[in-house]
Amino acid sequence: MRNIFIFLWRHNFVLYFLVLEVVCFIFLINHNQYQKASVISSSNKVSGRIYESVNYVKDYISLKQSNEQLVKENVALMNLLRKRELVLLDQDSLIKDTLHKQQYSFIYAKVINNSITKQNNFLTLNKGSLHGVKPEMGVVSSNGVVGIVKDVSQNYSTVISLLNEKSKVSVKIKSSNHFGTMAWPGSDSRIGLVTLIPKHVKIKEGDTLTTTSYSTIFPEGILAGTVVSYDVKPGDNFYSISIRYSTSFSNLDFVYLVKDLKKEERIELENNLIQQ
Amino acid sequence: MINQVVILSLRFILLVLLQVLILNNIELSGYINPYLYILFILLLPVQMSGLMVLSLAFVLGLVIDVFSNTPGMHAAASVITAFVRPTWLKMIAPRDGYESDAVPGIQNFTLTWFLLYASILILVHHLALFYIEVFRFSNFFQTLFRVFSSSIATLLLVILSLLFLNKAKEKR
Repeated sequence: MRNIFIFLWRHNFVLYFLVLEVVCFIFLINHNQYQKASVISSSNKVSGRIYESVNYVKDYISLKQSNEQLVKENVALMNLLRKRELVLLDQDSLIKDTLHKQQYSFIYAKVINNSITKQNNFLTLNKGSLHGVKPEMGVVSSNGVVGIVKDVSQNYSTVISLLNEKSKVSVKIKSSNHFGTMAWPGSDSRIGLVTLIPKHVKIKEGDTLTTTSYSTIFPEGILAGTVVSYDVKPGDNFYSISIRYSTSFSNLDFVYLVKDLKKEERIELENNLIQQ
Repeated sequence: MINQVVILSLRFILLVLLQVLILNNIELSGYINPYLYILFILLLPVQMSGLMVLSLAFVLGLVIDVFSNTPGMHAAASVITAFVRPTWLKMIAPRDGYESDAVPGIQNFTLTWFLLYASILILVHHLALFYIEVFRFSNFFQTLFRVFSSSIATLLLVILSLLFLNKAKEKR
């Protein structure tokens, strides 16, 4: 027994080092469990507060840019509204109240921290559980898909951006409705990779990809990106398609969180299938 | 003694803020991410006990982790750096050893000595950090390139901040 203590004492430096490393790797591995709320993330109070106050200053610098973006978006929405009115006016039939058919509602949030240079990138938003944010909500910008909510605290939430090894989003080619999976190969913040689209499908450069209605996270038809190049690996039945993200991650400012009002109903129904 | 604690804590806070608020936002062609916060470990006194250096490195890494959403990653890399430091200090010791209150820097040591001292420790830190980050060896050379380019950037920043600190001291 005494010898053990002497041994431990003599090698205390190495042992302490090993203990610390083990602790670090426990943190690392725990964090990798999807959706696990962790204290050590930028949605916690202290770091959230600091990022927010720095952002307060940054806002002024990008004021012009974000104004322009908002105006653009307003115009787009205005057009949409006019079109819709026309459609409604064209109809002779009775127009019923369609509010009960609403499926999605949106919460707006501001990006207060963002990274694009790492292998696994995250965003921090200034909305949390107090504002109705829940894990696994989709995040979109006015230009397209951004990511999926991971952790939520009272006032902040962290988002797994598309620029993350773990983010996989179901997308389809807008013109032909063939669907595949979008992931990030991990080098360029503008380029993503779409796989699992069978090779008999005709595609060309510049084709638009949007989200599908297969997941409960994003509404159908949100822009994801455009095809830059594509090829089929020898012996493979599927394309690997390089796409340019429609969202530019390097200057994200305001985003919208998607709340699917009928999510529970759908998940419940689909779970019945699995159980049988 | 108390003076030293104050200086160290100020340096700690300053480096952490500099890292998470400014340097983490710098992207140069996706390959260069300088991690200047490691300067804190480089500038700890030579005679400080190994356990103390390990603990400080752990806390430093963890604080950086909290801000960058990577629990354990920076902590692991910093602790490895702190672990290598005493051995490396012993290997490059001047002929008549270190003075009892020696602090690594470019004032008390030659520039070549400091470059040698800092470059290896920065390299160790970046190697650990970038390979833990990707967690596989499939893009081995791409990662290695990132390690080297970022190490050079960090080393430049380290030298710059030391020159800056020295200037400030002379003025006083």
